[in-house]
Amino acid sequence: MAMTISFTLNGRPVSTDADGGRMLAFVLRNDLGLTGTKVGCGEGFCGACTVLVDGEPVRSCSTPLSAVAGKKVLTIEGLELNGVLHPVQEAFLDHGAYQCGFCTPGMIMSTVALLQNTPRPDRRQVAESLDGNLCRCGAHVRILAAVEAAAAKGGAK
Amino acid sequence: MTNRRDFLQTTTALAGALGLFISFPLAAQETEKASRPSYPKDFNAYLRIGPDGRVGCFVGKVEMGQGSMTALAMLAAEELDVPLDRVDMLMGDTDLCPWDGGTWGSLSVWQFGPVLRGAAAEARAVLLQLAAERLGVATVRLQVKEGVVAVLGAPDRHVAYGDLVAGQRIERHLQDVKPKAVKQFSLVGKDAARKDGRAKVTGAAQYTADILPPGTLHACLLRPPAHGARLSTVDTSAAELVPGVKVLHNGDTVAVLHAKPDVAREALGRVKATFASSPSTVDDASIFAHLLKTAPPLKELVAKGSIAAGEAATEHRHEATYLNAYVAHAPMEPHTAVAQWDKGRLTVWASTQAPFLLKSQLVQALGLKAQDVRVITPFLGGGFGGKGGAPQAIEAARLARMAGTPVQVTWSRKEEFFLDTFRPAAVVKVHAGLDKAGRVSYWQHDVTAAGEAESSPVYAFEHQRIRSSGSWMGGNPPGMHPFAVGAWRAPAANTNVFASESHMDALAAKAKVDPLAFRLKHLQNPRLAHVLQTAAKAFGWTPKPAPSGRGWGVACAEHRETMVAAMAEVVVDRKTGEVRVKRVVVAQDMGVVVNPDGARQQVEGCVTMGLGYALTEEVRFKNGQVLDDNFDTYRIPRFAQVPSIQTILIDNPDLPAQGGGEPAIVLMGALIANAIHDAVGARLLHLPMTPARVKQALKA
Repeated sequence: MAMTISFTLNGRPVSTDADGGRMLAFVLRNDLGLTGTKVGCGEGFCGACTVLVDGEPVRSCSTPLSAVAGKKVLTIEGLELNGVLHPVQEAFLDHGAYQCGFCTPGMIMSTVALLQNTPRPDRRQVAESLDGNLCRCGAHVRILAAVEAAAAKGGAK
Repeated sequence: MTNRRDFLQTTTALAGALGLFISFPLAAQETEKASRPSYPKDFNAYLRIGPDGRVGCFVGKVEMGQGSMTALAMLAAEELDVPLDRVDMLMGDTDLCPWDGGTWGSLSVWQFGPVLRGAAAEARAVLLQLAAERLGVATVRLQVKEGVVAVLGAPDRHVAYGDLVAGQRIERHLQDVKPKAVKQFSLVGKDAARKDGRAKVTGAAQYTADILPPGTLHACLLRPPAHGARLSTVDTSAAELVPGVKVLHNGDTVAVLHAKPDVAREALGRVKATFASSPSTVDDASIFAHLLKTAPPLKELVAKGSIAAGEAATEHRHEATYLNAYVAHAPMEPHTAVAQWDKGRLTVWASTQAPFLLKSQLVQALGLKAQDVRVITPFLGGGFGGKGGAPQAIEAARLARMAGTPVQVTWSRKEEFFLDTFRPAAVVKVHAGLDKAGRVSYWQHDVTAAGEAESSPVYAFEHQRIRSSGSWMGGNPPGMHPFAVGAWRAPAANTNVFASESHMDALAAKAKVDPLAFRLKHLQNPRLAHVLQTAAKAFGWTPKPAPSGRGWGVACAEHRETMVAAMAEVVVDRKTGEVRVKRVVVAQDMGVVVNPDGARQQVEGCVTMGLGYALTEEVRFKNGQVLDDNFDTYRIPRFAQVPSIQTILIDNPDLPAQGGGEPAIVLMGALIANAIHDAVGARLLHLPMTPARVKQALKA
């Protein structure tokens, strides 16, 4: 019954015996020890659990593990390379684009995906693509500024 | 194994949590009165200097997004003359940090700041003495730079703090050491990068749910479908079939535990339970009449002059009733706790705004000695007043004792909406008059269910009466609220200022006077007048009586000693009733500003969060059931709704640093209501101002 599911996680191959019907967020956090991905609402409405699967943003609280078999999963922990922050992380840091920080990993992952697909989004495109990422502290104006700054610096790397 | 006494206590405590008439501030007052804790006088409690010269700063406040980790570190660094990046903050750990009353009320800098500054200033003076003895010179001949004490004119004769202290506790103390004067500040008052930034953008920042001691079981608790609904029957057999599941059940307490939180949640779904129906019969429409009927008689807070005399001199009367819905805190991080027992000693990690209060509650609820309980607060994913209480921590502690393993309790979003201590729905009746000269002749403000804060007008009215009944703080008659209510960012003030600043605007319109000029005419507080004028200048305000069609609104408030004024521009779609806020300008005088960039973040947060309660946020409920249980229907502000926000902080070195986490949010209801009125001539009296209510007001 137990089936091994393999995928690439932050550039490294991983295999897990976890039930393929379980949601990815919990497998990442509770089986694979990557707690940077947050669970805010459990039903895909808040975006805190956003990770990239083959470059596309998904809500990992509502994405079954089986759906990522053989794919590339990128989480917040996989952005920083050799101690160097990703340009989007750098921009969030520079602009104080966070307060409590709980939505921040998902916000950053959504932004990374946006800039990969649309390197120079206008304000409306940013607002639309981040519409499903909620922030309760009200860091929105800073986040918008950070996304634009990251785009201007070629954050789509 | 499970002990019966434990179960009984669990049941009682959970009945409290489910029955929901508990409110933390009352409990806080009682607990504090009982043990009379206070801030320790010994600076060693707050500061430890390592041999490497790094300063450990220990404070009982928590970092929940408001930036106090950075602001408090700045105060310590400033007084000690060490670089900010050499200060390591350790917050909210009851074993390591000195007592604190709780992180709320915009108090961290205003109330606790002076305590920390005093401790750091005394520590610096002692270090200077120690250095004088070491270097063989008088202290007046010494200067401190970046934690190194050197002889003036002989910089090679120096000693670093780290070498003086060598990691030891400093036994010497000095009396009456004055902290620095504002003009001596080199760090405070300048923008500083937040200390929690890197951890938060890399995902390294730890929140309570990220604490996973080996062997942790995740517990999901059975909740009733409605407030007041008692459990009738329960069948846990299907849940128990899930491999690895442990069910703990006694009385009304049913908990399903598993090593994986999602599996525990799924197994809880297999529990078959029936509940008696809730005795509550009110809903979000009938609640206002219900509140007026069930609230205690109004209590007089202010009686100045004579309302009768004011009425006699009145040319035009204006009366209105202002309503606001229950709103949820809805922090992105749900209430979470991890409890671990080790030889009778309990360690609890919890998302709480008040670790020391929680510690005393755990001591009481579990019958423990104070020294056997430690509460640790990792980063909080938002609080806003909703994490003053931490019932999930008591649940986790009891369940961990029963299960014999560490237990994590993380509320689902549905539990978060069900068990929240909402901002109370409230009714404010204001009546007032204008005399022949167009001045306010009398003012009466009667607030029901919200509380007293900021119910008194900021204007110098000769004849006024202010009355209040019921409060977010509790002490309300049973059944008045169908669920728990509590402190919601700037409690009571949001409600009262919505009413008073809306009413002031309506009077200005009646007098056919520009609303800014009308306010200035009635103000005697020069600081408040100054913030209004500052906001007007930045906004580009030009006088015109409302409704001018421009969609411009103004509002102002005094939040303790912080003065705040804002102007907004809105566009109202008459067909759909939708309101778009284009821009908001806020001017705030909060005395000395510790970290201006941090203060601006707080203002922006107030404006943005405030737009939620102004326009979209409302908890809908019926017969004890909370109908909004996630973010699909409970709409908090999103990117498309956020206006441009300009914040102006007034330079005021004469007033000590005040709080900045709350003031601007109190304006948002009236500010937007006034701008809507200016746009379309319709006065909105009911928060939130949804498209349906805007359309209704347009028809009236």
